[in-house]
Amino acid sequence: MLGTLTLLLSCQLAGELTARLLHLPVPGPVLGMVLLFVGLLVRGTVPGPLQETAGGILRHLSLLFVPAGVGVMAHLNRLGEEALPIAAALLGSTLIGVALTAWVMSVMSRRGPDAEGSGGAGNGKNAR
Amino acid sequence: MSPDFHEIWVYLSASPLAGLTLTLVAYQAGMWVFERFGRRPALNPVMIAVLLIAGILMVTGIDYRTYFDGAQFVHFLLGPATVALAVPLYRQFQQVRRSAVALLVALLTGSAASALSAVAIAWALGASERTLLSLAPKSVTSPIAMGVSEQIGGLPSLTAVFVILTGIVAASFGTWVLNLVRVKDWRARGFGLGVAAHGIGTASALQANEVAGAFAGLGMGLNGLATAILLPVLYRLFFG
Repeated sequence: MLGTLTLLLSCQLAGELTARLLHLPVPGPVLGMVLLFVGLLVRGTVPGPLQETAGGILRHLSLLFVPAGVGVMAHLNRLGEEALPIAAALLGSTLIGVALTAWVMSVMSRRGPDAEGSGGAGNGKNAR
Repeated sequence: MSPDFHEIWVYLSASPLAGLTLTLVAYQAGMWVFERFGRRPALNPVMIAVLLIAGILMVTGIDYRTYFDGAQFVHFLLGPATVALAVPLYRQFQQVRRSAVALLVALLTGSAASALSAVAIAWALGASERTLLSLAPKSVTSPIAMGVSEQIGGLPSLTAVFVILTGIVAASFGTWVLNLVRVKDWRARGFGLGVAAHGIGTASALQANEVAGAFAGLGMGLNGLATAILLPVLYRLFFG
């Protein structure tokens, strides 16, 4: 647990430093994820404690968004004045984004050499 | 209020302990409601927790900044949690490699469609320019979204709110819309949730299926990269 947490934080720190030194537009944690991923590729297996701790953190991933979500309080005025465009844009674009991405992916992978019969029957007219 | 209560109140409303505890309690209350009523996606635990906390802060008159002094310890864990997504990703690497082309095409389509449709819908309904610019990067994880928002002239803190709301919409209605377009492949379902709705989409994909979770984490990371690079370029093309 302690070792794993140190490993995760070290990857994040390395990611933050890389992003700043090279002026990359990518946040440190994402680079940290890439770094850990490469490390796992080199090692060829996921150590037990890492599997456990990562699973533990990721099981409650949505908890971590609560503090930022409460920030909605600071923007109640704007959200009230532009309630309709904002609500419609968030609802519409999110559903379009989820459906279109998944639909394109399932159609593309069914056509590929690796079609495993797990792809669902896509239906284009609802995806737009 | 008696002097004792007053003293305790002063301590509580200023101490980070209260904000931190409130966050954990509210989230568990949200989880309890979610489980108790048959895990219905519309009863998203994040949404319940946010409403609960915002309600309590408003009633007690504590401002967001004071609350965040405590809650930041939870917020901070987003970094290591993002790093930890490498683990499910690694475990699904064989599958990811096999569907690389499909992933790339779906990423670019989904990323562009999310940003453009958000701006187009809000613009058609008369949103202000500040709101439009803050909406554009809302599909990606908050640190990237806030950075991009600042770059193109939006309000980063407003973008952070849009990011969370996007995640809640996807967690609440994602399953419904994926069934509607009849996508059954877990890889595609997860990837859609991750690309369009970052970490909250990934959390809901992880709850459904490990393969979906891995592809969602991948989608979140890739769309973070794509948006960080492409959106400022698009903005310069249209507005620059």
